[in-house]
Amino acid sequence: MIRFTNVSKRYEGGFEALNDVSFHLTPGEIAFVTGHSGAGKSTLMKLIALIERPTNGQVIVNGQNLAKLGRRAIPFHRRNIGVIFQDHQLLFDRTVFDNVALPLVIAGYGQAETAKRVRAALDKVGLLSKEKAYPISLSGGEQQRVGIARAVVNRPALLLADEPTGNLDPEMSWEVMKIFREFNEVGVTVLIASHNIEIIRRMQCRVLRLDHGRYIGEIPAARGLA
Amino acid sequence: MSDPRMNRHKTRREQGDPAGRSGATTGRGGASASLGNFFTLHAQALIATLGQLSRRPFSTSMTVAVIGIALALPAGLYVLLNNAERMISGWEGGNQISLFLKTGVNESRAQQLAEALRRQPGIASIDYISRDNALDEFRRLSGFGDALDALNDNPLPSVLVVHLKKDMTDPALIEQLLGKLRNRPEVDIAQLDMQWVKRLFALMAMVQRGVLVLASLLGLAVLLVVGNTIRLAIQSRRDEIVITKLIGATDAFIRRPFLYSGAWYGLGGGILALLLVQFSLYVLQQPVHNLALLYNSSFALYGLDIVTAAVLLGSGALLGLFGSWLAVGRHLKDIEPN
Repeated sequence: MIRFTNVSKRYEGGFEALNDVSFHLTPGEIAFVTGHSGAGKSTLMKLIALIERPTNGQVIVNGQNLAKLGRRAIPFHRRNIGVIFQDHQLLFDRTVFDNVALPLVIAGYGQAETAKRVRAALDKVGLLSKEKAYPISLSGGEQQRVGIARAVVNRPALLLADEPTGNLDPEMSWEVMKIFREFNEVGVTVLIASHNIEIIRRMQCRVLRLDHGRYIGEIPAARGLA
Repeated sequence: MSDPRMNRHKTRREQGDPAGRSGATTGRGGASASLGNFFTLHAQALIATLGQLSRRPFSTSMTVAVIGIALALPAGLYVLLNNAERMISGWEGGNQISLFLKTGVNESRAQQLAEALRRQPGIASIDYISRDNALDEFRRLSGFGDALDALNDNPLPSVLVVHLKKDMTDPALIEQLLGKLRNRPEVDIAQLDMQWVKRLFALMAMVQRGVLVLASLLGLAVLLVVGNTIRLAIQSRRDEIVITKLIGATDAFIRRPFLYSGAWYGLGGGILALLLVQFSLYVLQQPVHNLALLYNSSFALYGLDIVTAAVLLGSGALLGLFGSWLAVGRHLKDIEPN
């Protein structure tokens, strides 16, 4: 599903965020990317969503070599990926329903189909009763779940989550992780960037480790961090 | 950003989607579904932008007012010019020469002369105005009727008005004819009447050109007003643009509401301009009517006809669309998620 081959990313000004990173994530897997802050987790996520382009190396997502996608193809690439952000990136002047519906509106779905899918997505994250609320009136955990509903409403094959529990207390973090696990169980590939050791240990899944932009190996599933 | 554009259009279709989910995930169905999407997206943007504008009535009406006034100026001048043209179009029927006959020439001599001249080449027709008729006309039109009463005699000569043929436009030929007529023994003065009308037409052509220049300048002003308004709108919705780009919005999807906003502004300005022009004409109607009565004319102001009104509204909307297109092209590219 995701294959990095000798990928490096150097930002303008010389900062090297990723250095010769190679790994492979098969379809249907769930994995963490971990490392201290500045290790390159976010950059790795950005390369997959084509928010950034690598300086060197090859990124293949869903069988597609991203280097071959031009500017115009980027939106269609992103529609195949559900992205969840640490700061939720919700639109605060729209209701929960409208926020979740946005990917479907962008793709041009009709109203009936949109309403059906939005309610299904909100039901999955347990927020069906809040569809008419505005994000500002929700707790941090609820906002994050709205973000998740928006990421999955288009039924993407791949979910990326960048520090999804960064602003949540342990209990809410665990709730969010359980939702990711449920999606993974129905075949969605999930990649979560996190440095929340507690959560990673509890999830017991594959962990990719980055340090100063270098890939320093992985901890296999079912063992967690020692 | 590195951008290998090779095969950019082919890649998606050819490579397909190995996960077999492309139908559900990309929302790209068959041709008919795409067409349906297209109209759905446009209708949504059209209505949504109108809603957005109506939620900010003050700033929206300010922008619309500026555009309306800018469009009303050239439109109003155009209407006035049109009316002026209509007013003098009755005088346009070619040149005419007035022959003021000597006082000793009686009516039958004058009629004979008219008969003789009618057969001359270059002359279309001849009107005879007798001394009495001339007096009547003078009394009626000049406003000096009372002064005439103080005179014992009719001081006016009889006049032959010589209408030239339409193809008599060569000044040399006209001059030649004028000389011939002047040399007739019955003729006191021969005068070419249309010189001043020609000057008037030349003046009108100049004013017309001036209106065109003014319209271009004000059209440019509308472009700038709309462009600036849309630029501010783009800046204030920067976060929203970034988020929608992150979840897969195409440039066209992001551009669309701004373009429609621009078109709405322009159309609103056009409607306002139409109302301003019609209102101004209504205000002018009575004084013009009074003035026309003083000149013994039934002239009345014409308003904007349907075609001109449609052109005004259409050009308003197009200017708005084009103005926002300029702003969008310049400012939307800079906004990328990072």
